[in-house]
Amino acid sequence: MMKRDFTRTTVSNGRFPAFDPVGRAGASFKPQHIEAIAGQSASIGFLEVHAENYMGAGGAPHAALARMRDILPLSLHGVCMSIGGLAPLDREHLARFAGLVERYEPFLVSEHLAWSTHDDVFYNDLLPLPYTDVTLKRVCEHIDQVQEAIRRPMLLENPSTYVIFPESTWKETDFLREIVSRTGCGLLLDVNNVFVSATNHGFSATGYLADFPLEHIGEIHLAGHDEQEDDEGAPLLIDSHDRPVADPVWTLYEEVIARCGPINTLVEWDADVPDWPVLQSEAAAAQRILDRSLSSAASERSHALHG
Amino acid sequence: MRFTADRPRRAPSPTAYDAAFGQTLLSPDRPQPSCVAGPGGKAAVKRFNVYRNNVTHSLVTALTEIYPIVTQILGEQNFRMIARDFVRAHPPTSKLVLEYGRGFAEHLADFDPIRHLRYLPDVARLERAWLDAYHAADRAPLDPAEFAALPPQALAEIRLSPHPAMHVIESDYAIHTIFTAHRSGPMPRRIDAGIPEAVLISRPLLRVEIRKLARGQPVFFKALRKGAPLRQAASLAMEQDPSFDLVEAIGLTIESGAFSGSGFPPPN
Repeated sequence: MMKRDFTRTTVSNGRFPAFDPVGRAGASFKPQHIEAIAGQSASIGFLEVHAENYMGAGGAPHAALARMRDILPLSLHGVCMSIGGLAPLDREHLARFAGLVERYEPFLVSEHLAWSTHDDVFYNDLLPLPYTDVTLKRVCEHIDQVQEAIRRPMLLENPSTYVIFPESTWKETDFLREIVSRTGCGLLLDVNNVFVSATNHGFSATGYLADFPLEHIGEIHLAGHDEQEDDEGAPLLIDSHDRPVADPVWTLYEEVIARCGPINTLVEWDADVPDWPVLQSEAAAAQRILDRSLSSAASERSHALHG
Repeated sequence: MRFTADRPRRAPSPTAYDAAFGQTLLSPDRPQPSCVAGPGGKAAVKRFNVYRNNVTHSLVTALTEIYPIVTQILGEQNFRMIARDFVRAHPPTSKLVLEYGRGFAEHLADFDPIRHLRYLPDVARLERAWLDAYHAADRAPLDPAEFAALPPQALAEIRLSPHPAMHVIESDYAIHTIFTAHRSGPMPRRIDAGIPEAVLISRPLLRVEIRKLARGQPVFFKALRKGAPLRQAASLAMEQDPSFDLVEAIGLTIESGAFSGSGFPPPN
């Protein structure tokens, strides 16, 4: 089993319990689920929130998050840092982000290989970038700044994309590997994003995962996607987070876990959010795959000892 | 210099992708950026439109969540059309969607086809202030005991610190009646929108509270918020409306939690 302790360098301020949910599955936290989760916190391994939803000064959102953080481990997922943009990072935003890390002591902190801001306009979407020496350098500078601000390594998530840039000179997997090597960050492998991009751009998802630096994964994301068509009538998958995880994504996930052992896995659901039992059962399905991997690792150890 | 047919085409600048997207994401009439394609040279019209749709849809949806009552009044389809124009004209400059939509009230006021809904911009102002109160900093409200402990002669000269969630919204229209009817029902058979109403917004703990203010009270609360001593705020209110009831206003000052409990600022 690969060692993945490099992401667990939480600076504990003692405000919240120091959970370490090894090999657990989690779910996106939505405020409408607070009572259901509080009533059965053992039914989920951890919760993840979008950092920007908790960047207001105070009030109910912070009260809800503090209540959840008291009973469960928290993963903080940023969506607006614009790490893949050419413009310098927004210092004020970075300070707010670091403030949340300090305040809630998350066991994982992640952001995207994407951008969202140009010329002071915020587009509220995860936009793609070409993979060139120029963008590589810029992305690494931005990750250095984030890690300096939060005083710990972050995880960088592979994107789902709908277009390609003919000017790209790096394969995405090589680009990610090089970022890890230059910055010391970890990776968040979004398996649904791999499937979406592979379908949209006609490459093999299995081949992508074979090239992916699996030893640096600190978290996995699973989510549902929508299916549309491109200009030629070919399937164009949309990373919509509004439905259950698709079967081929589960299959890819099982392959990754079989190769890597258990890795904290999040089921994301951000639109048309169902009642808690539906979301919880998706996370439970991921947990079963993680548990199988744990028990097979345990039986291998036992064979090694007694065989 | 010789120009030939096989002269290499100028490659798009490697630093231009964000600018190229920025020029086109919110402009549906422009072609997609030349730096993007589908795989194997396939077209990227629908592909790039996914980003356009994501951007516009997410920001329009954010506005429906910031302005749920305006959405109800206009109907979701109409609201989305008007909001889309707003997004294109005034895209956000903050990464915090919870800060978005300032200026939407003016956008509504300037939109001719709904000019007959004269109360709508003020309902939007009330909704925007409600959300600001919802996210405002936590601070303990004024403790009634602290107030009660003041000697009567000191009361006239005290000054109060506004709570971060406090807002006073005044309108020529019945914004409180419209807001509460849509928010917590029951919906009255008919609302006379032409009656001026003012609203005090507060959030002493986690729940945002809104109260309709009587005549004179908006002046009173606005003066207190600016740091005027109680006596001066009361006389300003009485000047505007001789029926202003000071005892009732002081009661509201305490019970609403519109002021902070961080002691009393020193007199000037």
